[in-house]
Amino acid sequence: MGLRLAAEIAAARAVGRLSRLAGKGGGTTLPGKLLWKLDPAALERLAARLPQGTALVSATNGKTTTSAMVARILAGRTRLAWNSSGANLISGVTSTLLDANDAELGLLEVDEAALPEVVRRVHPRAVLLGNLFRDQLDRYGELELVAARWRDAIAGLDPTSTLVVNGDDPQLGELARGRPGSVVYGLDDPRQALPALQHAADSKYCFACGHPYDYAAAYVGHLGDYRCPACGQARPPLDVRATDVELEKLESASFRLVAPQGSVRVKLPLPGLYNVYNALGAASLALTLGASLGQVKDGLESFSAAFGRFERIECGGKTILVLLIKNPAGANEAVRTLAHGGQTKVLLIALNDAIADGKDVSWIWDVDLEPLLATAERVVASGARAAELAVRCVYGGLPREALEVEPDLGRALDRALELTSAGGELVILPTYTAMLALRAIFVERGLVRPYWEREA
Amino acid sequence: MRIRVGHLYPDYLNIYADRGNIAVLARRATLRGHELDVAAVSVGDALVPGKHDLLYVGGGQDREQALIAPDLAVKSDAVKQAVADGAALLAVCGGYQLLGRGYRDRGGVEMAGVGLFPHETVAGEQRMIGDVLLECELEPDELHAIAGFENHAGRTTLDEGAIPLGRVVAGFGNDGKSGYEGCRVGRALGTYLHGPLLPRNPWLADWLLSQALAHAIGSAPEPLAPLDDELELAAHDVAAQRARDRGGRY
Repeated sequence: MGLRLAAEIAAARAVGRLSRLAGKGGGTTLPGKLLWKLDPAALERLAARLPQGTALVSATNGKTTTSAMVARILAGRTRLAWNSSGANLISGVTSTLLDANDAELGLLEVDEAALPEVVRRVHPRAVLLGNLFRDQLDRYGELELVAARWRDAIAGLDPTSTLVVNGDDPQLGELARGRPGSVVYGLDDPRQALPALQHAADSKYCFACGHPYDYAAAYVGHLGDYRCPACGQARPPLDVRATDVELEKLESASFRLVAPQGSVRVKLPLPGLYNVYNALGAASLALTLGASLGQVKDGLESFSAAFGRFERIECGGKTILVLLIKNPAGANEAVRTLAHGGQTKVLLIALNDAIADGKDVSWIWDVDLEPLLATAERVVASGARAAELAVRCVYGGLPREALEVEPDLGRALDRALELTSAGGELVILPTYTAMLALRAIFVERGLVRPYWEREA
Repeated sequence: MRIRVGHLYPDYLNIYADRGNIAVLARRATLRGHELDVAAVSVGDALVPGKHDLLYVGGGQDREQALIAPDLAVKSDAVKQAVADGAALLAVCGGYQLLGRGYRDRGGVEMAGVGLFPHETVAGEQRMIGDVLLECELEPDELHAIAGFENHAGRTTLDEGAIPLGRVVAGFGNDGKSGYEGCRVGRALGTYLHGPLLPRNPWLADWLLSQALAHAIGSAPEPLAPLDDELELAAHDVAAQRARDRGGRY
């Protein structure tokens, strides 16, 4: 390490400690932000310190969970520089590498828009791309703009690095087609298909000719087994697949993981088809990084939820179940999983509109909330845009008398817990900054530990 | 009364929660004892003037808009005829652009539009993104506010004498400088505002419904029975305040 880098690291770390002391959260991005401002090339040098290189994970949905799964699989054998707190912009990535003194491998979830810059700087050894859905259009612009940036990023990838993609997403299947040696994963169980493409499906038209795809099976949003009836362009062959998927209500999902290395049955302690996708992505990346099939199985089976992602919290004899929602595709899967798990009686939804949530809240009208609204006995609408959410719920068929509007999150939580019967479960669907605020309330009440103290 | 809605290209143009607008029209019609009958009119389907009381055209991403443009060209005359015969119309964002005279993208490529709205759109460098508040007067001396969200690269310039939907109180509007937003031709309204537009602007939903009903019945528009809009107005107020606090400006 050069003298300059050493000095920069020391200074930037001091800022992180100050940030924590000042009570400004985990101090997870500030040191990196400072270093990035001082010397953008420092990120390259920090990444070059890692003897086993770096693996990147990006996706609209599931990047935090997928990275956490990979970390779990590799835990104990490889020392990781991992941004477990979800700080996934350049500043967070830089901070993570700053903090990792004796790490062997970088494992970084990366924001979709930040991916090209991070790829250019860290020269990753592998890149996992999970999916691309409409999300925060006010921040990213159109989906196609993000897709174009990803294409550029992949075009600039070192020839020796491995691209791992979800082939069920037509945009990503296309990327793999252009790069031989890519690892393609996907679902292979038509029994789990949706009856029809969801309203919020995005990439429905053939990338080669513009004709609508035919789906032999649509699993999540536009993810599935697609084929263009006009030009024949179809999902690429799968290298890693999940077959014989069994969804066990809100408890677990099991599947047969079929890979070139062999096949093994995995019982994932997380529900929902989207988590099967996350697990498949994690398995594909971990296998690429040299993990064995047995290690993949053990890691996935001992996994526990990343914070706010189907996390259960005990609170005075009641259970709180938190599912982050941030865009139509992800929220639809949360709803579908909850509906599969049985009746949700008391629901707290918190809609904020800060930059990290998306300032444009129109997306809540693209979410198929109706199955939850049809059975919920009481819905508490909260967050900065509680009123907008309330309108959405009523127009979605929720009787006015079943709705309570309480913008203040702390009071909304108290009220929702009060409405939850003893031994019952309160389901909370928060947007990103609402989830962080909720987290702070949980920490304050001693229900959970702060996120910067959590381990894999 | 049955109100017949033709929803143009719902499978392609639906990016900013356009179905929220339709849901609001449907519920508010039902609460007045009417029935909203929504039919998709997509690629290859004939658009027959007189068959619909209200036409709806939503927004799409550039790729989807390019995919439907050739088909829309075929429907141009039918759209104009329908509006000339008194059908109501709401076009949002991409739909608003497509219904103008034309669009020039950043590469300088021209794409002809329907020619219903007297405006032209040119793609700009920076997207205009943010909360918007308008003041508008669809009926003489009836001043209303509209709150929404905009996200567009196109700068739309109205022809001399064209009627805008409203005056920009906060936000960018058509082009970020004229102070106007949207366009109106008879019972047809075009706007960049999504959010979606109608849930938080219930008076506008009712205006469109009464115009569509007038077309269905063949009479002059009548005001609709008032509803309890407490939640809608609360949502409006929050959105309007957002626009005042952080609406886009140069």
